[in-house]
Amino acid sequence: MECELVSQKRDMLFLFFLNITGGRSELAIKAKNLEKSFDGKKVLNDISFSVKKGEVFGYLGPNGAGKTTTVRILTGLIKPDRGEVFVCGRNVSKEPVKVREKIGILPEVSNVYPDLTAWQNLMLASQLYGLEKKVAEKRGEKLLKEFGIYGVKNSKVKTFSKGMKQKLMFCMALISEPEVIFLDEPTSGLDVASARMLREKILEMKDLGTTVFLTSHNMSEVDVLCDKVAIIKGGKIIAKDTPDGIKELVGGSVAVEVKFENGFGNGVELSKLRGKKAGDRYVIYTTDPNETICQIVEFAKKKRVRIISINTRSPSLEDAFLKILGEIV
Amino acid sequence: MKALAIAKKDVLVYYLKGPVVIFGILLPIFLFLAFWIGRHLQLNFLIAGLIAMTVFFSSTSVSPVIAPWEGQMRTLERLLTYPIDVKTVVLGDVIASSIFGILLTTIPIAIAFALGLSINPLIAIGVIISAICFSSLGLLFSAYPSNIPATVMMISALVRFPMIFISGIFIPLNKLPEFGKVLAYLSPLTYFTDISRFCLGLRTFFPVYLDFTILITYTLLFFILSVKLHERALLRRL
Repeated sequence: MECELVSQKRDMLFLFFLNITGGRSELAIKAKNLEKSFDGKKVLNDISFSVKKGEVFGYLGPNGAGKTTTVRILTGLIKPDRGEVFVCGRNVSKEPVKVREKIGILPEVSNVYPDLTAWQNLMLASQLYGLEKKVAEKRGEKLLKEFGIYGVKNSKVKTFSKGMKQKLMFCMALISEPEVIFLDEPTSGLDVASARMLREKILEMKDLGTTVFLTSHNMSEVDVLCDKVAIIKGGKIIAKDTPDGIKELVGGSVAVEVKFENGFGNGVELSKLRGKKAGDRYVIYTTDPNETICQIVEFAKKKRVRIISINTRSPSLEDAFLKILGEIV
Repeated sequence: MKALAIAKKDVLVYYLKGPVVIFGILLPIFLFLAFWIGRHLQLNFLIAGLIAMTVFFSSTSVSPVIAPWEGQMRTLERLLTYPIDVKTVVLGDVIASSIFGILLTTIPIAIAFALGLSINPLIAIGVIISAICFSSLGLLFSAYPSNIPATVMMISALVRFPMIFISGIFIPLNKLPEFGKVLAYLSPLTYFTDISRFCLGLRTFFPVYLDFTILITYTLLFFILSVKLHERALLRRL
């Protein structure tokens, strides 16, 4: 109860601060008590978080957790049933168009016009952002060159691969030089090289002071890119911290990875140690690595199989993510 | 300015397609021939009807399917995330559709000139207003939030085809039965057909100023309704 009161006071202070500073704040995004239902089903339930200017904020969750709905609310595409969102110091529900002038968006479920060329798509984006023609052409040329698709600028997008389309959509989101960029699954379905290139671009944007709101299923990507992470499940935020802080939430659990000669059967016996097959190895999560390793060695002796490799590692963000979601014990 | 960018996109993506243009020209001509052959009607009466049919069919041909197409192709969400509101999107669609309607209507007007008929220049204003009116009407058809173009086309066909029979194009209003007249008064096409007749030197059923007043009223009504309904429907397409 006391905590709630403190939280309410803090929010009121934030709003007061926004008012007296005309919206100038160190926060790029502030979401407060967001709720949203579709057909009577609650999709978002009391979602609150804030993102500082220049921060890369990871928003994680399983499919259907409410990530895309949150992004749509933050970008003014839909209105919350309850709660408020401030982006770049403006109330998104009240001034969606003004907010969208300051942000760039790469939606997850979207496409570019396949019958237009890359250049026509990009110039359309610039016109809808209200950019002057000369400025738009200069920025457009620079962006297409940076993303390596300048050579195909006059080709119709229907001839593009998924990676090329994604790069073009990235360019379209960046053409207005936004203060905040929303990236909904930006590297989903991309080949390794394209995904790496986009990740480098996100880091470059961060260096330039752009705030990035990122949703992704790729945990190693989030680990590398994000300053802060929030995990959403069933429409509620269940964890919010730095990537390292999230990993610590796993509470001293260590992953022991073991590889047996010839893959060694189906590992039924190893299930006693709560092992899971991961490629050609078994991964066992334990709070007592010494005991677990002894058990593995004993098991190998008893079964007369050779251990090819055995090692321990701290839990990755993926481990922590799964543990927090309750999908591993 | 942003609405013009959307209109340009619509023209490039949806209107500048061979089948769309050919269908837009051929449909009114075929309908016209179907009613002309075997009937002894005045040439200017027929041309007035052809002009009315062309502006009506061409302005309502593509505008109803833009929103479902965009929803189906998944370009809609991308479009709505730009700093624009639904009014701008609807206005852009109306501009593109009106340009298409106006350009195609120059064909029957050119035919009229080629046949030696004289036309009152007021026809230009009539065509522009009616193209905007019918384009807005076309957008109303797509207010039903379906992403299947065929569904919207069916709704559109259910309204468009009966309209040409009750709007005095083939049967003058004074020859319609009373219930037919009531339906004709409800159709915006009736008032443009009347203007078209006036411009080709024929007797009109209503005073021309009244035709223009009602047509402009319908235009505003359809546009405002389109904006309001699309504000609800567009987000349900995502």
